[in-house]
Amino acid sequence: MITLSHFIVLGAILFCIAVAGLFINRKNVIVLLMAIELMLLAVNINFVAFSRFGHDVAGQVFVFFILTVAAAESAIGLAILVLLFRNRSTVNVAEIDSMKG
Amino acid sequence: MIDSNLFQLVCFYAFGVVTVGAALAVITLRNSVHAVLALVLTFFSTACIWMLAEAEFLAIALIVVYVGAVMVLFLFVVMMLDIDQEKLREGFVKFLPVGLVVAVVMLVEMLALIGVRVMHAQTMGANPAGDSNTAWLGKALYTQYLLPFEVAALILTVGVIAAVALTLRQRTGTKRQLASEQVAINPRDRVRVVKMAAERPVDAAPAPTPESKP
Repeated sequence: MITLSHFIVLGAILFCIAVAGLFINRKNVIVLLMAIELMLLAVNINFVAFSRFGHDVAGQVFVFFILTVAAAESAIGLAILVLLFRNRSTVNVAEIDSMKG
Repeated sequence: MIDSNLFQLVCFYAFGVVTVGAALAVITLRNSVHAVLALVLTFFSTACIWMLAEAEFLAIALIVVYVGAVMVLFLFVVMMLDIDQEKLREGFVKFLPVGLVVAVVMLVEMLALIGVRVMHAQTMGANPAGDSNTAWLGKALYTQYLLPFEVAALILTVGVIAAVALTLRQRTGTKRQLASEQVAINPRDRVRVVKMAAERPVDAAPAPTPESKP
């Protein structure tokens, strides 16, 4: 019998893997974008599980909107990445420091 | 005859193990193309888990829209860029302990909050969607959530325009046709008809004498 906690634990594990990925791959912008996708996926798993166990459609509708926004976000992020690579010939976060932030 | 609840649980654990393993591969693989492929596997096995939760529409949408479009876009970009993999791996070992500590602490905290034992009794119950998950979702989406749905469409349009506008590049020094200018041209700007008097014949030059020939 699958319980609600099964889904939530899986989401938590995925989210923590994504956070670890942000830390250990902090030079490669592509892997950073992929880690963000993983985080959104973990959140979506939680939404689907709560929607199913709470008998409420709002969770699944929200997953739908998260997927939409994530698709737009990754399209724009990849466009910025291409632009960055064209101008600087690198995707290394450490070398992208022209704004001196 | 195998118990259907037990079979569901076995499927959940199998898909969950694949999901977590693929997610670990995403953040540890050396080659970015392999990492994207591992991400595709993560999404696919997550879609299987959503199927177990009877969210059929979202599971199919995740595969068709996300794996089919967004991940392929990722793959295109990763293959297009010529990336020096070794240089990007420099900090990997250095930041590995920090990342592990933060991730493990977060995980322990979350698991403590979830309280695995406390919520263990909650079972799935009857499917609230009835027969069709898609109809259930569609009815909510086109009535109660119609405005957010249209805003989502607008966001996608803005995303497309922004992506094109960001990567559009005007090359200098290339020669190409500009159809609009060709159509808009006025013939009077190009051909000028000059009114002038007719040319008079030039006076006949004296014919060369045959003696001058060598």
